[in-house]
Amino acid sequence: MTFDVVIVGAGIVGAACADEFAQAGLRVAVIEAGQIGGGATAAGMGHITVMDDSEAQFALTNLSQQLWRALADELPQDAEYIECGTMWVAADDEEMDEVRRKQAFYQQRGLPAEVLDAKALAEAEPNLRDGLAGGLRVPQDGVTYPPCGARFFIERAESRGAEVFLGKPVVELTGKGARLNDGTFIAAGLTVNATGSWAPELTPNINVQKRKGHLVITDRYPNFVRHQLIELGYLKSAHSISTDSVAFNAQPRKTGQILIGSSRQYAPKQTNPVATAPGSVPADKQIDPPILRRMIDRAIEYMPRLAKLSVLRTWTGFRAATPDKLPLIGMSAIENVYLATGHEGLGITTSLGTARLLADQVLKRAPAISFEPYLPSRPMKEHDHA
Amino acid sequence: MPETITLQINGESVMVPAGSMVSTAVALAQQESVSSPRVSKGLDLAAAALAHARATDTQPLGFRRSVTGETRAPLCGMGICFECRVTINGQAHSRSCQIPAAAGQNVVTDCGATDCELSDDAATPDSRFPTPDSQLLIVGAGPAGIAAAIRAAESGQRVTVIDDNPASASPGGQIWRADQAKPSSPEAREWFERLKSVNVKFIHEARIFAQPEAGCLLAETADGSCELQFEKLILATGARERFVPFPGWTLPGVTGAGGLQALAKSGWPVAGKRIVVAGSGPLLMAVAAYLKKRGAEVLLIAEQAAWSSLMRFGVELIRQPSKIAQAVSLKKQLAGVPYWPGCWPVSAKGDGKLEAVTMRRGGKTCEVECDYLACGFYLLPNIELAGLVGCEVLNGVVTVNEFQQTSLPNVFCAGEATGIGGLELSLVEGQIAGLAAAGREDEARKLFAERTKQRRFAEVLNRTFALREELKTLPTAETLVCRCEDVSFERLQRQTSWREAKLQTRCGMGPCQGRICGAATDFLFGWGMESIRPPVFPARLENLTR
Repeated sequence: MTFDVVIVGAGIVGAACADEFAQAGLRVAVIEAGQIGGGATAAGMGHITVMDDSEAQFALTNLSQQLWRALADELPQDAEYIECGTMWVAADDEEMDEVRRKQAFYQQRGLPAEVLDAKALAEAEPNLRDGLAGGLRVPQDGVTYPPCGARFFIERAESRGAEVFLGKPVVELTGKGARLNDGTFIAAGLTVNATGSWAPELTPNINVQKRKGHLVITDRYPNFVRHQLIELGYLKSAHSISTDSVAFNAQPRKTGQILIGSSRQYAPKQTNPVATAPGSVPADKQIDPPILRRMIDRAIEYMPRLAKLSVLRTWTGFRAATPDKLPLIGMSAIENVYLATGHEGLGITTSLGTARLLADQVLKRAPAISFEPYLPSRPMKEHDHA
Repeated sequence: MPETITLQINGESVMVPAGSMVSTAVALAQQESVSSPRVSKGLDLAAAALAHARATDTQPLGFRRSVTGETRAPLCGMGICFECRVTINGQAHSRSCQIPAAAGQNVVTDCGATDCELSDDAATPDSRFPTPDSQLLIVGAGPAGIAAAIRAAESGQRVTVIDDNPASASPGGQIWRADQAKPSSPEAREWFERLKSVNVKFIHEARIFAQPEAGCLLAETADGSCELQFEKLILATGARERFVPFPGWTLPGVTGAGGLQALAKSGWPVAGKRIVVAGSGPLLMAVAAYLKKRGAEVLLIAEQAAWSSLMRFGVELIRQPSKIAQAVSLKKQLAGVPYWPGCWPVSAKGDGKLEAVTMRRGGKTCEVECDYLACGFYLLPNIELAGLVGCEVLNGVVTVNEFQQTSLPNVFCAGEATGIGGLELSLVEGQIAGLAAAGREDEARKLFAERTKQRRFAEVLNRTFALREELKTLPTAETLVCRCEDVSFERLQRQTSWREAKLQTRCGMGPCQGRICGAATDFLFGWGMESIRPPVFPARLENLTR
């Protein structure tokens, strides 16, 4: 078996890459140890959010948001895409300054963003607590249900000739192909490591670390939350790169459910990409009660009425974090082994931009945006995460 | 205690007998709305009025609207399926079958279909109480839990028993539900009497949902939460009914077999109703006898197991005189009610509620007009809590040693959760667990022989009522398998595992957490369940921060 491209990982990033390469006419194989969208894609919140921690982060998230919006009509119902907008919530005057700075930044770059005062915020989100200062609405942001989005990309790639191997762990990845755990070698002109936080297992010495997150989902309470809500309080409490942190983040799902986050913790070193015995949660994926409590307390602080809502599930997942908060998109130190990982908490948003930039590089097309800031070979400076 | 309670259902005053569940009030309100008698002064009077009203009773029995717009009503009757959800005093998604009707309650049906405005009266008092630490915590107040509590308390242990069922129905579990005042059997009377003579603390209407650290469990109560510290733990979490999806099984009027019995025990009106009891297991006869006693017209008992299996079962019965006596007594109570082995429902139909069910028997089908199909396909151990605590669970049952001790030294398990075995096995396992937890292994040992005998009977029971393969062919493409999320059989057929089904179709992602559809997909596709995480039962967000 010989392909133009072998992509390892059928999360949203690998799936989007498969779709992009197949669309460009390449012969594509996707190899996945588990199932489609079963890792961070299943665990994450599914936000499509433009961020502004750096020009490079803005460029990639903005491009990606546009790609998602262009795709909206083609997405299947079960991908549950809604353009609900993001509401950045300011608790005090200092955070309102940030709202205005952020609005100016977005508007200068052509992204609509609207400042809301305290009254307008209360009308837009009546279940937020009283006494908040205001907010910034970014109306074109959205949310989606990523596992079904990933399946959609994979199916579209398959319809264009891609081959998909599920339940096949890869034990060795080179620029010439991938070796499966049963010894089979799948040869390709180039390979893509899109295995998220597990990427260093196949491509050692890359700067990607597991960053654990917790999430909570409620039963259905339609219209209780209307936008994706994110506190700006992280400016002070800081999602520092090195310590555990929580922030208020609530999301309306198309089902009427409310998804509540977020927490960030560096996970203990543990490498086991395949789930262990059924019925038991692997040690590193277990709920950490103290940080879960902190996260929920923060959410209730911003939205007191959340306290009475019925919770159906809690779970954890691993973000693939890099020191400078930017993903790794491009060739690794190994000839013809490309990376598409390190997306931290923005993998759903930036999956489409990542696929575009990777294909632009491989096919030597005019890049949609400059791809230099995301090249794995770049020097990395530590940067706080939002 | 007043004899009647007045509450509001969708803005109208409804009077129900004291001790009723909210589900009963909703059922009465909907049926009374098309008949004249509005005031019912006692259960029997209400039942008579309803029997009279049956001819004009055309209102669909609606509790909630499903995500695809179907009208739904209670299925399990014991707080597991979440089909009975209504909004009570502003609190959406409340299980009406487990919440006692109370004066002045404001109940609204059909929430979830429209915007949920959470009213401020939902702000219930924040009561959080640590229980006086007990040496021994027992989860489940059914026969196994009661037997364990008695033997441990008699041995000097400080015992607390926690149970999901409300105080009006518990202790007793499902088999002795609401039996305490008027025990339904000499055996029940004996155990309830014995319970009176020991000092055991009960916490009713409370569900354990998390284990923040070893030796500590969190439970949600009606208006708050409680933290339960223990040295030793006995899990007596019992069983739930297994449901096999068939076309029409989501119609109001199709309930569990034990489900309808549990509802009726909480005052749900069954008098004068035409009922088909179907599915599998000895429970069907007990349910039919109970419903008949409550004035229902039991049209048929349909047992999916074949005559030949039942004959072999009969041979085993002969070895146990007490069980023969039970069988004979049931047979007498059910005089005139046809009992058809090798017969099962293939579809149910009706406009908004059940009107008729199609039964298959000996290769032929026939249609039976009825008001209820009480239908349960044997039982399944409740092992979720054992999984949460960290006990080994193999092939759907909790692993225990000869002292009913699980893979965790301070955790014991007794009754149906260790494998379906019926009342007598639950009682003896409960006693052994209670004695062993109290350190009285020698006493416990004396019960081993009795347990061996009951386990042999249980094996025969499980063989006899094993589900036939044909039942796997009942669902059609459109038949909903997951009732919380309305996932069809056809969509599930395209999945390869429980986890994939969850991720791609939302099967099992609703409030029952897969307790109903997980059992169905295990039967239909052979998918095992996935990992267990807190909350192991839906819980209010505030309680997760404790």
